[in-house]
Amino acid sequence: MHDIIVIGGGTAGLTAAIYARRAAKTVLVIEAKACGGQIISTPSIENYPAAPGISGFDYATKLCGQAEALGAEFVYDRVTGLKDGDPKTVIGEKAEYTGRAVIIATGSENRKLGLPDEERLTGRGVSYCATCDGARFRGKRVAVNGGGNTALEDALYLSDLADTVYLIHRRDAFRADPSTVSLVLARGNVKPVLNSRVTGLVADRRLRAVRVTSAGGEETEIAVDGLFVAIGREPGNRFAEGLADIDQAGYIVAGEDCRTKTPGLFAAGDCRTKELRQLVTAAADGAVAADGASKYIASLAGA
Amino acid sequence: MAVIRVTEETFAEEVLNTEKTVIADFNADWCGPCRMLAPMLEKVSDEHPEAKFVSVNIDENEELADVYDISSIPCLVVFKGGQEYKRSVGLIPPDAIAALLRD
Repeated sequence: MHDIIVIGGGTAGLTAAIYARRAAKTVLVIEAKACGGQIISTPSIENYPAAPGISGFDYATKLCGQAEALGAEFVYDRVTGLKDGDPKTVIGEKAEYTGRAVIIATGSENRKLGLPDEERLTGRGVSYCATCDGARFRGKRVAVNGGGNTALEDALYLSDLADTVYLIHRRDAFRADPSTVSLVLARGNVKPVLNSRVTGLVADRRLRAVRVTSAGGEETEIAVDGLFVAIGREPGNRFAEGLADIDQAGYIVAGEDCRTKTPGLFAAGDCRTKELRQLVTAAADGAVAADGASKYIASLAGA
Repeated sequence: MAVIRVTEETFAEEVLNTEKTVIADFNADWCGPCRMLAPMLEKVSDEHPEAKFVSVNIDENEELADVYDISSIPCLVVFKGGQEYKRSVGLIPPDAIAALLRD
């Protein structure tokens, strides 16, 4: 048994681990993929206080090393269930783990289109990260699907590399910041395809075209070598249902104190309902949740 | 066994003409998830001497990336008898890397 179990080894979870270890609590971090979380893919972080220009990889490596050096323990597993009690039980695919307090810091994942063949074609033309994979599409035709900041920033980035960038969005206007939108629309090789959804992937061994359906129901095919999906992110918190309230978008309902409706169960970082999902707010949540968890454990001891 | 760096010149010999099952890690220096994956692959290679592990830098070996339709990295491609057997795109934990060697 550990004092505190942290589910998720991204910025929120690792900051929680650091604060919990410095409060002399035993900590187990359960991570599904790799220590560091979503920030690993960011080439350069420009808005984290006092560390301008640090790469996501360097940031994540330092953060993981810091948590490890302070004595946090790590295990690779995907969490599928949660049981309340003292201790609480975290159910993973490989094992069950017990802890007196639990901090959920599972972040979020790229939302998929949900189309047949999408998984097979991921890495064969379908991508969720323009800065990661854009270089493979130099001089080629690509499509970006989405209308928010990520989609428009992706289109801008890709327009420097690709021959043509189709920007497919289901509404009649982009949701992104007006300044970004005007930058994108000024690019001669960006072709907006509005009021349209991506409804099919045309492929042989790799992606060859996207099928697009307009609001009026008209279907067309656009020949592309790459499709960059930027239709938002979604948290994976279903395992916490019952012990925590989850909003319609899938986020765990918790305030700035990171407390859920179950005493001793906290939500920190991107997986929590909040206004601003940034590295610095994830780190802040981690500290707050670890402090709350330590106080919760103290209250049990005193009971 | 360590992960061997291969190039367009050595790929056929190291990957296609070998009895062993090969995991080829397509990556690039600027790719954060690739850099996270590398030490995990190294660890799995130590635990699985029956297989071969190679690293392919796609910036230096663009032709190989084209031939194998690598559009996202990191991408682990498993070769058996010179043929692609399966692949996995994105960052995965060590046990999932090892699981690629099983049927």
